[in-house]
Amino acid sequence: MRGRFIPATARRSRPDRREFSAAIGLSLLAVAGLVAPSAVITRAVAQTPDRIVAAGGVITEVLYALGLQDRIVGVDTTSQFPIDALRDKASIGYVRALSAEGVISLKPSLVIAIQSAGPPDAISLLSEAGVKLARIPEDLTPEGIASKIEAIGTLAGAAEPARRLAAQTTERFDELARLRDGLRTRRRVLFVLSLQNGRVMVGGRNSTADAIIGLAGGINVASAIEGYKPMTDEAIIEAAPDIVLMMRNSGSPNTTPDVMFAMPAFSSTPAASRKALVAMDGLYLLGFGPRAPLAARDLMAAIYPDAAIPPLKTAAIP
Amino acid sequence: MASAALAAFVAGRRRRAMLAVGCLVLLCLALAVIAIGQGAVAIAPQRVVAILSARLTGDPALLEGRDALVVLNIRLPRVLLGLLVGASLAVSGALMQGLFRNPLADPGLVGVSSGAGLAAAATIVLGDRLLAGTAIKLPFALLPVGAFCGGLISTLILYLIATRQGRTSVATMLLAGVALGALAGALTGLLAYLSDDRQLRDLTFWSLGSLGGASWTKLSVVAPIVLPMLLAMPLLARGLNGLMLGEAEAWHLGLPVQRIKALAILLVALAVGASVASAGVIGFVGIVVPHLIRLAIGPDHRLLLPLAAVGGATLLVGADIVARLMVAPAELPLGIVTAAIGAPFFLWLLLRRSTALDV
Repeated sequence: MRGRFIPATARRSRPDRREFSAAIGLSLLAVAGLVAPSAVITRAVAQTPDRIVAAGGVITEVLYALGLQDRIVGVDTTSQFPIDALRDKASIGYVRALSAEGVISLKPSLVIAIQSAGPPDAISLLSEAGVKLARIPEDLTPEGIASKIEAIGTLAGAAEPARRLAAQTTERFDELARLRDGLRTRRRVLFVLSLQNGRVMVGGRNSTADAIIGLAGGINVASAIEGYKPMTDEAIIEAAPDIVLMMRNSGSPNTTPDVMFAMPAFSSTPAASRKALVAMDGLYLLGFGPRAPLAARDLMAAIYPDAAIPPLKTAAIP
Repeated sequence: MASAALAAFVAGRRRRAMLAVGCLVLLCLALAVIAIGQGAVAIAPQRVVAILSARLTGDPALLEGRDALVVLNIRLPRVLLGLLVGASLAVSGALMQGLFRNPLADPGLVGVSSGAGLAAAATIVLGDRLLAGTAIKLPFALLPVGAFCGGLISTLILYLIATRQGRTSVATMLLAGVALGALAGALTGLLAYLSDDRQLRDLTFWSLGSLGGASWTKLSVVAPIVLPMLLAMPLLARGLNGLMLGEAEAWHLGLPVQRIKALAILLVALAVGASVASAGVIGFVGIVVPHLIRLAIGPDHRLLLPLAAVGGATLLVGADIVARLMVAPAELPLGIVTAAIGAPFFLWLLLRRSTALDV
């Protein structure tokens, strides 16, 4: 039977139906049986990480910040900062839907992936293929960001620059913390992810929006909700935000303060009286890379316009 | 005179059927060869052949390295999984259409897909939480096993609802299937609401289907479930042909109607459950392929079932080639490709419905 299933069915001009269907099944079984038992192959790939694949926007951002962009051969579709990344490098697709063969085709000497990269099957195929793969945990705290930067730098063979970048980021966070301590009151912020069909999707606790609001010295009024979820109009009125925070170009295309605060849900909130709608670039605001302290500072300045929040002094360092 | 005309007609139909069989088998083999030869990693055809033959002859030199790994551990299991899943979905569609005597029946009708979808959503969303207290770390196996069990359980519930005094009413089953599908859809929606950003994306991608996770391990689980189903087809073909006359008529012909129904539903539940568990939800193969085959060779299940198997395998392997190559090194979800091929075709079928859809 070995390997001879093709002639067996093709030779006969008029196969009996039962034999025909049996042949299909058996031939599949034969092929699987021939190849399956010991097909596991492992192979070590060269160790110098000169062909890096970055799976996760924050990883690309850190590698670029460390000046390692020439060593990147592929990035995922969330790698939208800097804008060159997706233009110059091969796209390996969305970080949670990677293709094992696609990644291997780039001949990577190192794949740096955020913890959520997947699917698990593709990840295990990659390690089976002997591709050197490192997972970076996602952590939204200042300490987590610093160790994330150091881990990526160490993997990419740029430990010293990474240590400096991490130290600089930590310093910026410390300065941010001092600014935060100087605030006399805390304003109430509602992060609106989208406004599709008048349905308001907000950022609750354990969301990136919640983390950045906290860092910027605001109070997330949607903290009763977990993650990004729709919030009812009444709950929004009840939450009484002082500021509404959005990503630029999200929600409906023309969400101006006038449009937003004309909506019944928002018209009676404290934010409406001052038309306090803050729109920031989504990646900058929620990226949680080295730029996070700067984004939090800018957000703080937008939440407390009358407090004259100074720019971070450390930001002048190139 | 009349008998000569009839003989000519039968011979013509047979010739046409044989031609269809030949073309389809050739197309399927050709696509399988292309699928093994092509991918994001560029490997010369002669090298692919060398690697494959080295696997058989056991020349170890060629089995080392990246190319061998890609061909033997990524592409080959992927193509084989595509063949199995495509065949099982299409045969299941043909079985359901025959059993329900309804051209719009698809494998999802007996609740497999909705039950598997609900169970998969539950493992994605609640798996971490359920296992949080225990020492077990969420194994990758939990999702496929959960999906498979979910499909079987919902089919069993449906079967019990529709069976009274040892007789299964296909009409009740159809209606109850719609109701249970809606219920499972609602619960899946509830789980989607409870899920976080990450889980929601996992759910979305799972529901679009992919052969990306193919491995020998997966194949060794799916094949023992799907292959017996494909081998059991001849047992059902005659019975389904009889059922086309109507249930009572088939019973009077001496066909074991209840046993045929139970066997068909069991086979579909097992095979579709295994397919959905290994490759996610892949739409349209089950409904489109049997129609295409029926248009080409007529409604005789003895030929329809095996040809649907080849046709489904062909469509899925072909669609997977598109999914893998179009945006390489990234990959499109397979469900998008099959639906993009299937939906226009399905509309065309609906437009021709009055003349062509004689099941």
